This record gives sequence, structure tokens and C-alpha cells, in this order.
Amino acid sequence: MTKHKEVDPTGPAGAAPAPAPGAGAGAPGTSAAAVAEAGGTVGGQAASLWHDAWRELRGRWVFWGSLVILALVAAMALFPSLFTGRGVNQGCDPNLSKLGPSGDHWFGTDLAGCDYFSHVVHGARPTLLIGVAVTLFAFLIALVFGMLAGYYGGPLDALIARITDVFFGLPFVLGATVILVAFPSHGPGAMTLVLVLLGWTTMIRIMRAQVIAVRDADYVQAARLLGASDRRIMTRHILPNAIAPVIVVATLNVGNVIAGEATLDFLGVGLQYPQVSWGLQLNLAQSYFVDHPHLLLFPAVFLSATVLSFLMLGDAVRDALDPKLR
Amino acid sequence: MWRYVLRRLLQAIPVFIGTTLLIYLLVFALPGDPIQALAGDKPVPENVLNTLRDRYNLNDPVLVQYAKYMFGLFQGDLGENYTGQKVSEMLSGRWVVTAQLALTAWTFELVVGIALGAWAGLRRGRLADTLVLGGTTLLIAVPVFVLGYTAQIVFGLNWKIFPSAGTDQGWPVSYLLPGMVLGSLGLSYVARLTRTSLAENLRADYVRTARAKGLGRTRVVGRHALRNSLIPVVTYLGVDFGSLMGGAIVTEGIFNLPGVGQQVFQSIQLKEGPVVVGAVTLLVLIFLLVNLIVDLLYGWLDPRIRYE
Repeated sequence: MTKHKEVDPTGPAGAAPAPAPGAGAGAPGTSAAAVAEAGGTVGGQAASLWHDAWRELRGRWVFWGSLVILALVAAMALFPSLFTGRGVNQGCDPNLSKLGPSGDHWFGTDLAGCDYFSHVVHGARPTLLIGVAVTLFAFLIALVFGMLAGYYGGPLDALIARITDVFFGLPFVLGATVILVAFPSHGPGAMTLVLVLLGWTTMIRIMRAQVIAVRDADYVQAARLLGASDRRIMTRHILPNAIAPVIVVATLNVGNVIAGEATLDFLGVGLQYPQVSWGLQLNLAQSYFVDHPHLLLFPAVFLSATVLSFLMLGDAVRDALDPKLR
Repeated sequence: MWRYVLRRLLQAIPVFIGTTLLIYLLVFALPGDPIQALAGDKPVPENVLNTLRDRYNLNDPVLVQYAKYMFGLFQGDLGENYTGQKVSEMLSGRWVVTAQLALTAWTFELVVGIALGAWAGLRRGRLADTLVLGGTTLLIAVPVFVLGYTAQIVFGLNWKIFPSAGTDQGWPVSYLLPGMVLGSLGLSYVARLTRTSLAENLRADYVRTARAKGLGRTRVVGRHALRNSLIPVVTYLGVDFGSLMGGAIVTEGIFNLPGVGQQVFQSIQLKEGPVVVGAVTLLVLIFLLVNLIVDLLYGWLDPRIRYE
């Protein structure tokens, strides 16, 4: 992302090289993962790929490590009272502004004298909520429209491809800033909407390339000869064989969305004061970093650890799903 | 080949119109009357308002405004701000700053990214590989503004290796640290793409053939494997050049570089629509152009790819 931005066109390690922008049926970019995937399912039942993947994942510490961190952050988001007795922006004492970490305040206090630890705990909810919600919506859009575009081709495909190009061409930070300044609300709902609007393009391209790679496979032809309807072919035959790389990118995308959301908060156009989020904490602290590094350190560490966990989880899942890399 | 270029150019037209129209609609949907905003809360005579609105085409329906704007754009006229300043003049000095920053970052990505990726790809599964993978994952995970401030404090203020902010020392000295911060994300993707792609290609039949012919390792890797591995990397580098120019907002803010990003960010807050639209339109043009060049590079990198 902008960083983040720039929500990236390929997964970090690029199991699926991006389909050539605007080129025909993915001529130069027919994805490696697509090929691998098709190859992986020829021999056995569809379930075996997932079964193999699970067996592979079970033995990897990266997978378990990321899961543990994410479970911790999710627990903070769902039950903040388990971690801190203070509510959002509660018990602040301006006389105790910008204190360093101590026994009373594990992470010190912020500019307004609020306990930084409870801030960090409460910041998990909007951050995680937006990251997951945006990815879920973008995933659904990609699934439905990527499937339709890839399966039917022709004018529908061309139309969807051009619309994707239009949104893909918008610079992320600039586009989001323009929309958010015009937007009447700056709550998590508005942030989700804006981030979905600017972030659905990557997954739809990968989904489309996947569908094109499997739509002419023998088992699809066989299903068609047996009289299966388009809908049944799409949902029962193509979807299970095309979805794996999209799931990988979606996992990685959660991390990117969280980083992007934090960037917008940081620029001051995202969530606003009574809200609490890690990006907002960093925004409020930006003038005091030099003398009070703890204001930078704690939210940044939690933010980075969360993004990192999603990225490593995505990487682990991709390695497990892509037999070519073994 | 030329038919392909022509087709791509034709395809780029609706995308260009769509993207710019989208930006145009978004910017001019910003609430508030920009002309009234010039005077603040003071009352303005109706005929003055109307004259000014006419001058900026604000009385036309928005699509007509857009058409007039585009017409001006193709004559090299980016329009003027509501205070009468020419947008092209406001942006001209700033493009240089942003372009220098983006190029520095891009060069950094290209050179260091490919080198690291090749290093890791050639030593897959060994220490170098683990180091590169771990390091790049970390770089991707740390938000660019955290990285920027940390780098500024550590390298700029404490160790004084680089200037901490501003453009006093000109290119390249003042742009090195911001460029590395801006390029860090792209660097990670480039390194990882190169690594994966190279590791895959090293197992390909044509590499075995090249080796069997008795070619030296340098030639096999450099001429055969690496060149073919660069296709996804080139795609990424092309797409990324656009996002570097657009994503420079954050870096320019941290290091106080007077570039386009800062100007646009201010203009968005001040609701100076013409400046925002002008800058973003140019960004989109650059983005489309670079993507076209990238697609044409495929044929040179991989002779198997033919343009119809």
C-alpha cells in the first residue's frame, strides 16, 4: 500500500504474476499459480489440494506464530476489557502528559495524559474491523465479477476490464484523500467504503485470470456435455479450482488494507478524534516523536506486527497451496 | 507490433477518460462553493459571484465543465486556480521535486531490489534467502510513515548521515534518504518477485540446456535465467512508478520536500479543485504511458511473446 498503497498488483512473492494490464486473455501473464493449480488437481479429487495444504501448514512455525499474534489482536478487538479496565479515552489526566512507560502506565501516557496501553488495546478493534471488512467485500466483488468476466468473456469481460483499469489507475492516497475530504462521515463505515472502492481491482484481475485458466479444462467440458447449467459449472466446477490464489491474495490484502487505513488516519483524513486507532495515535503523536519515542514505538509495533502476521500467513498459505514452490 | 501499439492506445482512451472523469466528479462534489469561499463569510455581490463562476465554467453542468477542461488540457492548458494562478505554474517547480524523488526511489528499487532478489534466488533455502525474505517481509509490514520518521530520527538527527529534511543540498544528497524510504516497499516486492521467478526459471529446461552446452554460470544466469525472470519484475516496476509519484505525499510531508504531493494534499484541504484535477490527471497520464511501455518491453525480454 502507498505504501500501501498502493495496494500492490501482485502478492509479495508474486506466485501469480499480474495479468498484463489491459492485454488480452492474460497473454504474457498467464499466472504461474494458475498453471500449478490446474496441474495440482488433475490427479486427484478437489479436496486433496486443501488436504495437502493443511498437512504442509501444520508443520510450519510461521503459520502458528502468525495465528497466535492474530488471535491476540482479535481478542483485543473483541474483548478489550480482558486487557484493560479503562474505557475509550477514559481516566485521562492532562497533568500526566507524555510520561514514559512505568508500572502504572505500561506504555506510558499520551499527549492528553491518557493511558497509552489501553489506547493501544482499544485501537485494535477499528483497525482489524476495517481490514477484514474491506477485504471481505473486495473478495466478494472479485469472486462474482471476476467469475462472470472470465467465464463469459466478450463484451462483458471488456467492460469489466476497462472499469477495473479506471479504478486501478487512481493513485491510492490521493484518491482516498479526495473522497474522504468530500465525505460527510469519517467513521469505520466510511473508511471501509472508500477502501473497498479503491481496493477491489487486484483480486478481480487474479480471479479472472484463474477462471480463464480453468474454464476450458476437460472436467468443465465434461460437466457441460452432461448438461450442467452455466451456474452449476461456475459454482461447482470452476470456483473450487480457481479460488486458491485469490484466497492467498485476500489474506495478504488484509495487511495492506490495515497499513493503508493507518496511512489515511496518519494524514488526518481518516478516523477522527473520539475514535481510537493505531494510525490515529501515530497521527496525534507525530510532532513529539523525537523527544518521546514511546509515542511512536507502541502503536507502530502493534500495527506492524498485525500487518506482518497477515503477510506471513498469506505467504505460508501460498507456499502450501502452490505445489510448484515445494 | 504497430497494430498492437495502436490497439493499446485506443484502449487507453476510455480508461483515461474514465479515471479523469471520476476524479473530476469527486473533486467537484466537494461540498461548498469555492467562489464564495474566496471571500470567507463576507457577502459578495451577486454579479461578482456570477462573473467569477462564468470564468471558471461553474455555471455549466458538470459534464460540460469536464469537456471544456479536457479541451483545454489537450491544448496544454491546465486551467487556473480560483485565485487566478495558473495551475501549470503552481505545479511546474514541484514536478521536478517529485520526479527526482520518484526516480531516486525507483532506481533504488530497481538496482538493490533485483540484486537482493537474485542473490536470494540463487541461494534458495540458505541463509541469504532467509535474510532477504525476512527483511523484505518486515519492510512491507512497517508502514511507510513509521519507517520515514524512524529513518529521519536515526539517520538524519542522531547519526547525521543524511540531511534530515528539506532540499537544501539538492539532488541527489537531499533525496537519498526520502528516496530509500519511499522505495522500500517497492524494493521488497521487486526482491521477492525476482527471487521467486529466478528460482523457478533456474529449474527450467532451457537453463539445463544452456548449462549442458557448456556456458559459464554468469552467462547462464545473467543472459538466460535472469532475463526471463524479469518479466513479472518489469510489470511491477512499471505499475509502481505511477504509485511512487502518487504515493510521494507521505514521504514529501515527512521530509518536507516541496513536491506535487504536498501541493495536492494542501489543495484538497483548501478545496482548490483545479489544482487537484490538474495534478492527478497528469499522474494518470504518466501511469498509462508507463504501462504501455512496460507491455512493449515484454517482447524484448521474452522473444516468445509476440504482439498481434
